[in-house]
Amino acid sequence: MADVKEQTAQAAPQGAASGSPAIQTVDLSKKFGRTVALSGLSMTVPRGEVFGFLGPNGAGKTTSVKLLLGLLRPTSGEAWLLGRPIGDLQTRRRIGYLPELFRYQGWLSAREVLALHCELAPLPRSSWNDEITTALDTVGLTDRAADRVSTFSKGMQQRLGLAAALLGEPELVFLDEPTSALDPVGRHDVREVIRGLASRGTAVFLNSHLLSEVEQVCDRVAVVDHGRVIASGTMDDLLSGTAVKVRVTGLGDAEKGKLASFGNIDDEGDQLTFTNLKPERVPELVAAIVALGGRVYEVAPRHQTLEDRFLQLLEAEEK
Amino acid sequence: MPPILVIARLTVQEASRRRLLLALLILTLIVVGFSAWGFNKITTVTNSNGVTLPAAQVALITSQLLIGVTFMYSGVLALSAAVVAGPLISSEVESGLLLSMLARPVRRSEVVIGKWLGLGVLIAIYAAGSAFLELAAVDWATGYLPPHPVQLVIYVGLEGLALLSLGLLLSTRLSGITGGVIALVAWLMGWIGGVVGDIGTGLQNQAVANVGVFSHLLLPTDGLWRGAMYAMEPDAFLASLRAAGTIARANPFVAVDPPPTSFLAWVVVWFAIMLTLSILSFRTREI
Repeated sequence: MADVKEQTAQAAPQGAASGSPAIQTVDLSKKFGRTVALSGLSMTVPRGEVFGFLGPNGAGKTTSVKLLLGLLRPTSGEAWLLGRPIGDLQTRRRIGYLPELFRYQGWLSAREVLALHCELAPLPRSSWNDEITTALDTVGLTDRAADRVSTFSKGMQQRLGLAAALLGEPELVFLDEPTSALDPVGRHDVREVIRGLASRGTAVFLNSHLLSEVEQVCDRVAVVDHGRVIASGTMDDLLSGTAVKVRVTGLGDAEKGKLASFGNIDDEGDQLTFTNLKPERVPELVAAIVALGGRVYEVAPRHQTLEDRFLQLLEAEEK
Repeated sequence: MPPILVIARLTVQEASRRRLLLALLILTLIVVGFSAWGFNKITTVTNSNGVTLPAAQVALITSQLLIGVTFMYSGVLALSAAVVAGPLISSEVESGLLLSMLARPVRRSEVVIGKWLGLGVLIAIYAAGSAFLELAAVDWATGYLPPHPVQLVIYVGLEGLALLSLGLLLSTRLSGITGGVIALVAWLMGWIGGVVGDIGTGLQNQAVANVGVFSHLLLPTDGLWRGAMYAMEPDAFLASLRAAGTIARANPFVAVDPPPTSFLAWVVVWFAIMLTLSILSFRTREI
């Protein structure tokens, strides 16, 4: 599949590989039988950026990564990595990948697993020792380097997968839910690793549904749902609105329904969050609540979080 | 090291680290020890006059018993090849083990050939090693050696390799258990098909004999087993079989003739077909 395609496909329309985006897709689609996993994905990820790919479970995030890495065949559309068509073997030398389903040879030690990936990458043998030592140190597995992977916890195996993805200073790294098995300390470490990659100019494609994580490290995001990108842009583009949290009692569902003109409401009982409300409308909102018989205890305008925006986008999509 | 050899080395390394080789070595030594004791008993058997059997008769009995023991070895080899090859690719796809490896500059064909090569080396080592130990034990116990020991090893090894190739092909699409069971059933059906074909030959019924021909074409394990048997039969025994006419061919534990050259040529083609289909199947598999 990929082996054949690499011989025939053309370079990306952006031109020379060195000046081309890290990732470019044009109408990339994937169907499994009648199920549409990805529908017309068109996006560009510039080099050196941390790109967040968000979406609920089953939205098509992992499918997108697998398509880009040549593990799945697109039903239609085209895509390029580092200026070369997907499936190009030589491009894979410059790419790191931590799969969502991370699993490594349990009968090898951590160091041996990384040596295997150095060999497959392939990196010059003289560099293996330094590469492996640095990668193990970066993910905090230096002390367990000689231990068999079968004795590792899930979190440690995920760290090992991250170490494998970092080998050889790749130009583009795919991280598919990289903190799913990690504790808060591990998540913090991963964010530091991502920032480190960004600082040296590596593009990072971060697949995640952990919105706070994405918000903290990504330069640009795309939100995908039901196989389609429903919003994309820089973090500033997406989070330009203001959310207003109101602590209120005395409102029934009927009264809350009458507040719909103030935008999407995240209803958590006595706490209502209006996910996209301009600050100048706050007095008008408070007056309306009081008129409906509500008793207001707290009004807290704040910048919209990625979670606010994400929920707003998905609700709009449902409608 | 090219990816094919890396994958092959990894396959051998896994069998070694998971103690598969150690288990086979211990079991083989136990079987060799018991069979040496059993074969030695043949030389102490006396006839009705209280005299030990003449050397020619010891050789004849030993050759027949050796065929039985070798059938057990080939069974173990076929079983092991099917059980190990069945999940060779499918289990690594299901577990996600191959995801990070296939994201490297590695062709899927290299994964398939590398795994085939690695397991093929293990089969060759087991076939040659166990044959050497068993034949050395029989030689020590009875002074008998089959006429063509090298051919015996080659035929038994190829039988294991055939099961490996079938298991590997199934492993590119089916789960490990399903692929392993299908390969095993195919092996048994192939043997039974060969027996039915022999009966057809013995009874001079072409339609029944053709069952054997078709089964040898579909899965050449039984045809290769017949080559192994032929390599173990002394000339005097072969002469008596030929003298008995076609009816002697109805016995599933004798081979009157060596495998024809056309069959051996087909075996080469069959291996090529299996590997090609495995590569094509895995190339188009979505992971």
